[in-house]
Amino acid sequence: MDVIVCVRKVPDTAEADVMVEKSGKDIEKSRLTFTINEWDNYAVEEAIQMKEKYGGTVTVVTVGQKDVEDVLRRSLAMGADKAIRVDMEDPDDAYTLANILCAVIKNQKYDLVLFGAQSGDFNRGVTGAMVARMLGIPHATMVNGIEVLDGSIKASRELEGGLNEIYEIKLPALLTIQTGINEPRYVSISGIRKARQKPLEVLTPSDVGVGSIEPMIVLDKMYMPPPGKLAEFIAGSPEEAAAKLASILKGKGVL
Amino acid sequence: MAVFVFIEHREGKLMDISFESLSAAQKLNDTVVAVVAGENVSDLAEKVAKYADKVIVAEDPKIDTNNEAYTRVLNELIKKEKPKVVIMGHSSMGMDIAPALSVDLGLPIATDVVKINPEGGKIKVTRSIYNGKVLADYNLKNADTYIITIRAGEFSADDLKEKNGKIEIVDSLLKDEVADKKFVGYVQPVVGAVDITQADILVSVGRGIKDKENIPLAEELAKTMGGVLSCSRPIVDYGWLPKERQVGTSGKTVKPKLYLALGISGAFQHVAGMKGANMIVAVNKDPKAPIFSVAQYGIVDDILKVIPALTQKVKEIKG
Ligand SMILES: Cc1cc2nc3c(=O)[nH]c(=O)nc-3n(C[C@H](O)[C@H](O)[C@@H](O)COP(=O)(O)OP(=O)(O)OC[C@H]3O[C@@H](n4cnc5c(N)ncnc54)[C@H](O)[C@@H]3O)c2cc1C
Ligand SMILES: Cc1cc2nc3c(=O)[nH]c(=O)nc-3n(C[C@H](O)[C@H](O)[C@H](O)COP(=O)(O)OP(=O)(O)OC[C@H]3O[C@@H](n4cnc5c(N)ncnc54)[C@H](O)[C@@H]3O)c2cc1C
Repeated sequence: MDVIVCVRKVPDTAEADVMVEKSGKDIEKSRLTFTINEWDNYAVEEAIQMKEKYGGTVTVVTVGQKDVEDVLRRSLAMGADKAIRVDMEDPDDAYTLANILCAVIKNQKYDLVLFGAQSGDFNRGVTGAMVARMLGIPHATMVNGIEVLDGSIKASRELEGGLNEIYEIKLPALLTIQTGINEPRYVSISGIRKARQKPLEVLTPSDVGVGSIEPMIVLDKMYMPPPGKLAEFIAGSPEEAAAKLASILKGKGVL
Repeated sequence: MAVFVFIEHREGKLMDISFESLSAAQKLNDTVVAVVAGENVSDLAEKVAKYADKVIVAEDPKIDTNNEAYTRVLNELIKKEKPKVVIMGHSSMGMDIAPALSVDLGLPIATDVVKINPEGGKIKVTRSIYNGKVLADYNLKNADTYIITIRAGEFSADDLKEKNGKIEIVDSLLKDEVADKKFVGYVQPVVGAVDITQADILVSVGRGIKDKENIPLAEELAKTMGGVLSCSRPIVDYGWLPKERQVGTSGKTVKPKLYLALGISGAFQHVAGMKGANMIVAVNKDPKAPIFSVAQYGIVDDILKVIPALTQKVKEIKG
């Protein structure tokens, strides 16, 4: 199995204080930490487990400027064989991105292409299925289980409420991976250092051969959500707050 | 001009998101055309007709609940009827279908939308990004048809107006069976030992619990309160608690008397599963965490300090 995985570097905003820049076109990123998109980490692990089981290669691909290379190095350290970075600013819409990724992938040898089901920053969940369409191969999104058969795979797709559905899909195919499908391995600093010997190819947009693409969707402005109804905050030390909360709960008859 | 609504149904039942999609469509003040495709769907079409100006029924056994087949049927219908907007859920099914349709027909798409603002012939949408901390408005490229998938819970089905539209049955639109992607079947969720939907008190932990080793702390609080331990999705993904404990769109929907959210940010997929609780209390170290806008009471602090303190206080109160 030759597997290609598309990965993305995202800011970690779950615990951060996020502010919109004055331009209204981006958030202030200087104080944020960046990591590999959570979903992509599962996708890379899945590809490596397939290689370990069935042989073949794993290639990781990203579109972005030099500062995103560490997600490629990290994936190489996990066990990917080769990395490709298309050297350009992360494009403004998923359609443009999909065109670029399609152009890269179609020149590679592959049986399977993996994406994350979505990315944690913009959560569009469109890029993978778009690329599948552009490559002219079947796809399944939100995959939480894969069984490799002869010339095809069985993919379990996550539906709502804990229900799954199974599809049998001919290879080559594209899947977008949902979290929890496996247990991504730990990556050590020394592992990343060793992986420096592995090939990392840098392509320019003209190498890839995509001209200018009209975006389908253009950002107008970003802004902070208007302050809505908020919880009544209970102040004090942990002990004080806990005591107040316990008595509120008792007062409401919950305890 | 018409607004298409793709009606999602599963195992003979209409999904909630279908009514929310109808609600989103009604707000655009155009002709609402619901599309119901599949096998034996006439009963469903009648239920949907109540809220649509017209229902197109594409009955075809070849569809066989295959997302690729639905995509092709929709493709044919869009080409024929040229609706101004196509609305469907940003659901598992919508995520499989909508982007493919966008590429096949060369139509602009906006996914996971929380607000649709038509401006003349153009469409502007609002999306919620960066863990719900930022809103962003986007303009879609000028086109005859726009494809939009909506976030669950943002377009209330309570606002639906009755329309009692007519039902139109169309001939099979599927030329061939789908050869390269076959639907095999559903796998039902495993029934576990604990049913969190029956609990009056849920003590629920999220990624803020940091380590598997800390789970017993929360477990003890749950026990002391006479409640049950539940969790957000990452805790299940990490294998720290079994799937049956997960609250949210891909887990369980719960309506306890008290839902205590500990170190849970309040992603919409989580909130959809617990917003029906009588009382929601959140503890989170980030005062801007979206969970505080669904909670009645909040404590901004480290859960690893608050959990033991609360366990202690509840013990004292219960004597
Ligand atoms: C300042 C700024 C603001 C932006 N705002 C938005 C916005 O609000 N909404 C929006 O849709 N787009 C926005 N974009 C564009 C965005 O960066 C991508 O183009 C967008 O398509 C990715 O959306 P997503 O990550 O949600 O992808 P999804 O459709 O959720 O797909 C995610 C998957 O696609 C793959 N993938 C994503 N990015 C890359 C990459 N660079 N290289 C390789 N594989 C990748 C990964 O497998 C990932 O798991 C913005 C870009 C910038 C620079
Ligand atoms: C298709 C799909 C389906 C999904 N279904 C579900 C679902 O059913 N249920 C679900 O829950 N999620 C679901 N998700 C995932 C969802 O989008 C979020 O990623 C998830 O809910 C986040 O979980 P969390 O709040 O525990 O973690 P995070 O978002 O990482 O939040 C952790 C929170 O803990 C706080 N925190 C950290 N440390 C501490 C501390 N020491 N003390 C106090 N607070 C602390 C942080 O400030 C943060 O707010 C789904 C996603 C997708 C794409």
